[in-house]
Amino acid sequence: MSELLLTNGRIIDPANNVDAVGDVLVRDGKIVAIGDVKAAKPNPEQTIDVQGLIVAPGLIDMHVHLREPGDEEEETIASGAAAALAGGFTSIACMPNTDPAIDNEATVDFVYRQAARAKQANVFPVGAITKGRKGEELAEIGQMVRGGAVAFSDDGDGVQNPAVMLRALKYAAMFDKPLLQHCQDNALAGKGCMNAGYLATVLGLPGISPLAEELMLYRDIQLAKQAKARYHAQHVSTAGSATLVAQAKNAGLSITAEVTPHHLLLTDDNCKDYDPNYKMNPPLRTADDIAALRRAVADGVIDCLVTDHAPHLRSEKELEFLYAPCGIIGLDCAVGLYVKALIEPKVIEWPRLIAMMTVNPARILGLKKGTLTPGADADITLIDPSCRWTVDVEQFRSKSRNCPYHGWELTGRAVATIVAGDVRFELGD
Amino acid sequence: MTTLLTETEITALLDKLTEAIAADCPTEYGEIALIGIRSRGELLACRLAERLARRLGTELPYGALDITLYRDDLEQAEPDRQPAVRTTEIPFDIEGRFIILVDDVLNTGRSVRAALNALADLGRPQAIRLAVLVDRGRRELPIRADYVGMETTVPIEQRVNVFLQETDGRDEVVVE
Amino acid sequence: MPYNATPSAANRADRFIWRRKHLLGLRDLSREELLHVLDTAEGFKEISTRSIKKAPPLRGKVVVNLFFEDSTRTRNSFTLAANRLSADVLEFTATGSSISKGETLRDTARNLEAMGIDIVVIRHSAAGAPHLLSRCIDAAIVNAGDGQHEHPTQGLLDIFTIRELRGDLKGLKVAIVGDIAHSRVARSNIWGLHKLGAEVILVGPPTLMPASVEKLPVTVCHDFDAVIPEVDVMNMLRVQFERIGSTVFPSGREYSRLFGLTMDRLKRARKDVLVMHPGPVNRGMEIESEVADGPNSTILRQVSNGLAIRMAVLFLVNQAAALKEGTDKTP
Repeated sequence: MSELLLTNGRIIDPANNVDAVGDVLVRDGKIVAIGDVKAAKPNPEQTIDVQGLIVAPGLIDMHVHLREPGDEEEETIASGAAAALAGGFTSIACMPNTDPAIDNEATVDFVYRQAARAKQANVFPVGAITKGRKGEELAEIGQMVRGGAVAFSDDGDGVQNPAVMLRALKYAAMFDKPLLQHCQDNALAGKGCMNAGYLATVLGLPGISPLAEELMLYRDIQLAKQAKARYHAQHVSTAGSATLVAQAKNAGLSITAEVTPHHLLLTDDNCKDYDPNYKMNPPLRTADDIAALRRAVADGVIDCLVTDHAPHLRSEKELEFLYAPCGIIGLDCAVGLYVKALIEPKVIEWPRLIAMMTVNPARILGLKKGTLTPGADADITLIDPSCRWTVDVEQFRSKSRNCPYHGWELTGRAVATIVAGDVRFELGD
Repeated sequence: MTTLLTETEITALLDKLTEAIAADCPTEYGEIALIGIRSRGELLACRLAERLARRLGTELPYGALDITLYRDDLEQAEPDRQPAVRTTEIPFDIEGRFIILVDDVLNTGRSVRAALNALADLGRPQAIRLAVLVDRGRRELPIRADYVGMETTVPIEQRVNVFLQETDGRDEVVVE
Repeated sequence: MPYNATPSAANRADRFIWRRKHLLGLRDLSREELLHVLDTAEGFKEISTRSIKKAPPLRGKVVVNLFFEDSTRTRNSFTLAANRLSADVLEFTATGSSISKGETLRDTARNLEAMGIDIVVIRHSAAGAPHLLSRCIDAAIVNAGDGQHEHPTQGLLDIFTIRELRGDLKGLKVAIVGDIAHSRVARSNIWGLHKLGAEVILVGPPTLMPASVEKLPVTVCHDFDAVIPEVDVMNMLRVQFERIGSTVFPSGREYSRLFGLTMDRLKRARKDVLVMHPGPVNRGMEIESEVADGPNSTILRQVSNGLAIRMAVLFLVNQAAALKEGTDKTP
């Protein structure tokens, strides 16, 4: 019997509407009591005074890329899960755009086995919607559900064919699993590599219109309505998308959405020097889009915050902007970025921020996590909300370094990450 | 800042140079032409050409030579000074001519060296003579002037600046 | 006086210090910088008229022509310009993208730099490749056309040609006709012309206009016939069939009917209108042969002026590179 006692922390557990100073008692990897824990007769082996820190349910990032199998030189399940811990995440969901794709039960199982071996953050695989992510034939969704896939997505691409998407929505609904869609109409996006707008014109780079995202999102909402399915819009990037999600929610549909730190903090203006660390898909948009997305967060239109952690080799990100791959990493520094994007400008406060990183993604993925309810897994993140620090990519636990935030001054950081009662990350270790 | 030459004195020196050139021009050489080094030398060449035309009773062609591309200090540019390229405008063929090269001040001789190289790229004159308004000494190259308005010695840290009506609104040579 | 260097131009040049070690685009340049390049180029025109067409300012310097896209004209022009300034020229050709060669642009550049080079002239299919280069090596970089971004020396030579024939850009109406969206020549012209006071009118179908064109300092017109009588200059862009195909306009025939410069159209233009083309010309497509070879055409003059502009640019970036360390805060 092992016991851990956290004393005098600010306990924030949005699932139970808790925001109060108190203690948390962990026994045998489960939460035993929170607040006043005397009744549970604590006999801790380890007591940590967490005064001044936020005690939150372990953070969950439902959108990361771990590159294994296939591109282990960029990231492995072990290194990505370690980076997650360093950023305060106890659970992450990894996208299936690996090589080969996670589109069958064996590969789903492979992810679980690699994660168990690594013994870092929990890793939950997201299976592909279609075989090989080609957008044509449905993958073995049922088999993958049996193997433990928590959701389905062809992320990296949207499912272009509406008939295929409708079929997938209906089929996944049978297992009550959500489809996560990367909304982008490829025909409209063309060879675009940044937001279509004045700067793209000035730089001579082909643009991706907001319409490419919004058209597919609009289409999918209609399809999800018909299929009576659960649908989740990944990394929404435009004001128009935020409006579409709000309308769908108002209509009572089972539609959820996520947003990344970069779409809340950076604009296409950052592309002005052709630095590929600002090349993303969906692309960085405009200040108006940032304002609309922040409002959507404040209004509850957007359900969760995700990093879309996308590791790439330094040599690939040193290519010409046009040829460099899309995406940046963000697990290591996510909390500070959300503080900068949402708390400092008073868009939301800590309890909402934590809800969007814990109970909300847990509900979407059907995980029994994201809360400090007694009996739950003792996945806990300790956050120092006033810790001022400077992002240094060389300190990252990710194998990759493609991050535009290097040198940023941030406030707020995970200082310890506890998985099933086991303190797996402590700042300064 | 002290005045080295007044307007009257400059005029007198130009007359002196005109006489010296006219007296010295041997008839066996080809046609005389004047070429001034940008930017003050070109103005002096223009004035000398007019005087010589009156003196000799015949029009003399003249042109302007930009020596920037031939300078030997292009790589040593100071942070606050950068030689600018101007046009070379010589509206005649220098081949076989008797060229009077004109500059305002003869100092190290480096400008003249550059001008001689520049002229060599333009053709092969019969002969080149050098006329200057002021020779201040301090030569760094084995170059001397054939026609000198005034010889003087000016300390190394001082500059001789020539102001001319055409660009500066007055004729004056000062030491500063 | 036989020379046209007015005191004001001379004084302006005397005071000016050129600090750009890299010429990446005309959008970066101030009006004063643009004028300085044009004025400097005046001084280089004469070299091409001599029997000994050479001057020594880049003696001992190595200029690399790093061309990732085929371009005979621009490459020849840069090679000749560098030769006339007495530089040694290293020709480097790579077709296709750097990726397909298995060597990155960065690797290529660093390899070249290890040989001791001073100036890189780069032509690349990807916009921003010259910027990337300027970040990873010490040599001065001259953009000879990058993707759909800019082609600064082409813009400069076009503007130089207009100034040479019209004296001043201020108040001139310049139509740029054709595929604006995919044209780096158009972009460089727009920035340069706008800064020097000309009015730019873009002419072409909406499918060949770039996104947010209304934010550029231009007016847009889709009716070529409406602008013909009022413009001083018509710059006819090459229609890049191989690049855009029939997806943006129905056919070449329809394009030339709507936007081609024919003798009929030329008759309705001002008598002294300048007809420009960056070359190579698609005769009968964007411009009729009789117009391309006619008295209003500046096409060959543009080619000669291109040489002077490229000499000036190579000279200037080398001058900036010679400035003391730390004074170059560009791009």
